[in-house]
Amino acid sequence: MTNLLKNPLTFFSIIILSILLILAIFPSQIAPMDPQKANYDALRSPPSRDHIMGTDYVGRDIASRVIYGVRTTLIIAFSAVILSKTIGFAWGLASGYFGGWFDLVTQRIVEIMLSIPSLILALLLLASLGSGKITVIIAIAVGGIAGTVRIIRSSVLSIKNMPYVEAAKAMGVHPIIIISRHIAPQCTAPLLVVASASLGSAIFAEAALSFLGLGITPNEPTWGSMMAVVAENYLRPLWWIAVFPGIALTLTIMAFNLIGDELRDRLDPKLKGEIKD
Amino acid sequence: MSNKKILEIKNLKVFYESSGSFFTRKNIVKAVNGLNIDINQGETFGLVGESGSGKSTVARAILNLVKSNSGEINLEEENLLKLKGSKLRSKQKQIGAIFQDPYSSLNPRMKIKDIIAEPLRVQGKKNVEEDVKNLLKMVGLDNRMDNRFPHEFSGGQRQRIGIARAISTNPKLIICDEPVSALDVSVQAQILNLLKDLQKKLNISYLFIAHDLSVVKYLSLKVGVMYLGKIIEMANSETIFSNPMHPYTKILINSIPVPDPKIERKKKFVPIKGDIPSASNPPSGCVFRTRCPNPTSDCKDGKSEMGLIEIEPDHWVDKCCVNCK
Amino acid sequence: MKSKYKLLDVKNLRTAFNVEGKDVTVVNDISFNLSPGEIVGLVGESGCGKSVTALSLMGLVPDPPGKILGGEIFLEGKDLLKFSESDMEKVRGKEMGMIFQEPMTSLNPVLTIGKQITEILELHQDMSSKEAINEAIELLKLVGLTDPELRINDYPHKLSGGQRQRIMIAIALSCKPKILIADEPTTALDVTIQAQILELIQKLSNELGTSVILITHNLGILARYAHKINVMYAGHLIESGTTDQIFYNPKHPYTAGLLNSVPRLDLDPNIELPTIKGEVPNLAEFNEGCIFKARCPNPTNDCKDGKSEMGLIEVEPGHLVDKCCINCK
Repeated sequence: MTNLLKNPLTFFSIIILSILLILAIFPSQIAPMDPQKANYDALRSPPSRDHIMGTDYVGRDIASRVIYGVRTTLIIAFSAVILSKTIGFAWGLASGYFGGWFDLVTQRIVEIMLSIPSLILALLLLASLGSGKITVIIAIAVGGIAGTVRIIRSSVLSIKNMPYVEAAKAMGVHPIIIISRHIAPQCTAPLLVVASASLGSAIFAEAALSFLGLGITPNEPTWGSMMAVVAENYLRPLWWIAVFPGIALTLTIMAFNLIGDELRDRLDPKLKGEIKD
Repeated sequence: MSNKKILEIKNLKVFYESSGSFFTRKNIVKAVNGLNIDINQGETFGLVGESGSGKSTVARAILNLVKSNSGEINLEEENLLKLKGSKLRSKQKQIGAIFQDPYSSLNPRMKIKDIIAEPLRVQGKKNVEEDVKNLLKMVGLDNRMDNRFPHEFSGGQRQRIGIARAISTNPKLIICDEPVSALDVSVQAQILNLLKDLQKKLNISYLFIAHDLSVVKYLSLKVGVMYLGKIIEMANSETIFSNPMHPYTKILINSIPVPDPKIERKKKFVPIKGDIPSASNPPSGCVFRTRCPNPTSDCKDGKSEMGLIEIEPDHWVDKCCVNCK
Repeated sequence: MKSKYKLLDVKNLRTAFNVEGKDVTVVNDISFNLSPGEIVGLVGESGCGKSVTALSLMGLVPDPPGKILGGEIFLEGKDLLKFSESDMEKVRGKEMGMIFQEPMTSLNPVLTIGKQITEILELHQDMSSKEAINEAIELLKLVGLTDPELRINDYPHKLSGGQRQRIMIAIALSCKPKILIADEPTTALDVTIQAQILELIQKLSNELGTSVILITHNLGILARYAHKINVMYAGHLIESGTTDQIFYNPKHPYTAGLLNSVPRLDLDPNIELPTIKGEVPNLAEFNEGCIFKARCPNPTNDCKDGKSEMGLIEVEPGHLVDKCCINCK
C-alpha cells in the first residue's frame, strides 16, 4: 500500500479524489453560498473576494455551483459505470463460458455496438427516452457495455481451459457455480481495470451531454451545462464561467485515469504470472 | 483383492472434428478408436502411449470432459454415457481425478480446505472441516495448513493436495492423468509411494495414464499400450516388460534408458523410424505400418486388419503385428 | 582414447539473480571441464542452477536481474567472461552452439526453416545466399530430416516436435561449433522421439568431434550417453566424475538418493521406492554450512549446526565430491 504513494502522479490523484469525495458528501458545508441563489447585486462579476470564482449571467456563485456539481457528476458517472460493468461482466462470462450460438450472436452485437461512437449512441438513446437523471445514466452506461463484454469474454476463454476448471467439471460442479467460484474471481482484475478507465469517459460523457443541453435538468448545476451557457452567450463570453468548471472537469478525469493506469500496472503482471517456485 | 469389476470400457470411440478453414473440409480426428479396458477393485491399470495416442482423451471421456461418440463406459455396471444431470453427478462421486500440472490444477484463489472439500460439497455434504483435516493427514500434509493458498506450497505438496481432493468422496476409481510427470525425480518417488499406500489402505482402483513406462510399471498390475487411438498390446506389467510382442512396445521399452551404464552399453539400440502419422489421416490397415521395422508386404499395402488376439493367457496383441515380428 | 586437453575449463563460476531486492546466488562456485569429443552431463532437479550455468557460459544471462559475480570460463585458453558483447557474438553459434528445451518457442514462427538456417550461415560463414541454401539442405540431411529440399520452405508450425528439435540441432551445428550445449533437449518430446534425438546428438558428436554439455534431470539418458557427469544441487556442484564412478560409486548422499529413487524397468516393483526426505531449500533464505544439511540422512553435529564448509575434494582419480558430505555417509 505504501508504495502507492511513491509515485507522485498517483499521490496527486489520490489527493484530488479525496477532495472530490469530501465535496460530494458535504457540499452544503463547504460551498460558500446557495448555488441557485441569484445575487442581483453581483451579476456577471469576475473572480473577487466575495466570489472567488466569480458569478454567472444571473448572478449565481460559480464556486458553489462547481462544488455542487461534483456530487451530480460523480453520482451519474458511478451509476453508469456500475450498471454497464455489471451487465457487461455477466454477459461476458456467459458468452465466454457457454460459447455456441449465444457467443456468436454476442460477438456480432458487440462489434456493432463498438462501431457506433458512444456519444452518438447516447444521443440517440436520449432522443428517444427523453432527458432526466435516469435516462442519462442509462444512455452513458449502454456505451460502456460492449467493451466490457469483449474483455471479460477473452479472460474467460483463457481461464475455462485451465486444469482446475476441468477438475471442477469432472467433479460434477454445476456450470453456474463453476462460473461464480472458479472463473469470475479471476476476471475481477480486468474488470477493475476496465471500470476505472470507464469512469473517466463516463464523466466526460456526462459533461458533453449536458453541454449539448441533453443532460439532466438545466437548473441543477453540472459542469457541462455551465460551460454551455458561455457558448450560448458568445457575444459576451465571460471566461470564468467556463474555465473553472473546465478545470474541475479536467482534474477529475485526469485523476480517475491516473488511478486506472496505476491499477492496471499493479494488476497486470500478477495477472500474467503466478508465483512459481 | 476382490475380483469385482469396477470399470469396464467397451469399444469406446471418441472422435473430434478439427475445424478446417472456410475452404478446406473438416477433418475427423479419431482420437480413441475402439477401446476396451477392464479394471477390478483395488487394481491399477496403466495406460501408456505417446502424444497422439489418445490416452488423455480416454481420461477426459471417463470424466465427462469430452463427448464420446459410441461405446460404453460402465462404472459398477452403470453406463456413464447414458446418465445425465443429478444421476450422473451422484455417480461421479465414485470417480476421482488427479491431474498433471500441480500448478494449474488448483484454483489459485481458493484456500486448500475449500479445494479439497469441493467434491464433498457437490455431493451435498455440509460439515467438511473434520474430513478435510483427516484427508490432509492421509496425504502427509500438516492439517493446520488448511487455511493456506496453493501458491504457498511446493509442486510436490500441491500434488498431494490434488490427491486429497481426489480421494475426498471415497471414490472407487481414480483417474491419474500423468500425475508425476511434472515433478522432480525425488518428489516423484514420494508421490508414487503415497499413491501405492492409499491404494492399499482404501482399496481404490487407478487408471494410471503416463508416457513413462518405468513409472507405470511401478504402480500397475495390468498395462495397455496405445498407439493412434487403439490399444495394440495389453498384458500384466511383468509380462509386458519381460516379453513384449508388438514392435511398437519393444521400441518403446528400448527407448527408455535404464540408469545403469553397463546395461546400456550392452544394448544394441535402434530408435523408432520417422514421426507419428497425423491422427486425422491415419495409415490404412495397421496404423503402425509406416514405422514398423519389419512389415509384411500385405501390411505395407495397408491390407491387414487390426484387432487384439490373446496369444497367451492374459496377453493380448494386435494381430497384424504378430506376423511382422 | 579421448584427449585430456581442456577445451572448456570453467572455474569457480558464480551467478546471482536479484529477487525482490536481494541478490540470490543461483550458481555457486561451479567448476568443471570439457575435452574435445566428450559428452558431459550436468544433472540436477529444478532450481539447481543447471540452466543458468548454461546461460552463463553463453553470456546470455539477462542483466538485470541476473549478473555473473565471478569465476572464469576458459574456452581454448581465453576467458569468456572478459569478452565484450561483440566478441561474444562471434563466439555464439560459431564456437559454442545451444539448443533449448522448447522447440516450439525457439524457432521464429514467421520465418521459414530455410531462412532461419541461412541467416546464420550468411552471418558467420560469409556465404552467398545460394551457397547458404545448399549448405542448409546438407545440414537438414545430416540431422535426418526427410525431404529437406521441401522442408526449407516450411514454417515451423507445420512440423512436429521431433522435427523442430532436429532443425534446432541443425541450426546449432551449422557453423560446426566445437561445443554444443543441449539444455534439456528432449524433455518436451515423446520417449521414442527423445531416443531419436539423443542418438542423433551422439552420432553427430562422434562424426564432427563436437563436445556436448548435456543438461538434464534424467539419469537414464546420462547412463546411456554421457562420459562424465556433474551433479548439481541448489546451485552447488556436489559431485563429479566419470559415468561409471557416479552410478556405481556415488559418494554424496544426494547422488545416491537420486539414483535410488528412480523407478526402474528392471527392478522389482513391489519394493517401496526409497526417497530423499524434505525439499530443496529456498536459496533466498539459506544461510550457511552444507547446502544439503536439512535432507542428509546422517548429518554430523558440525553439519547440523551449519558449521561445515563446502568444497570439492578428490576421492579417487577424476572423482570429486563435496567434502562435507563425505563424513556424513
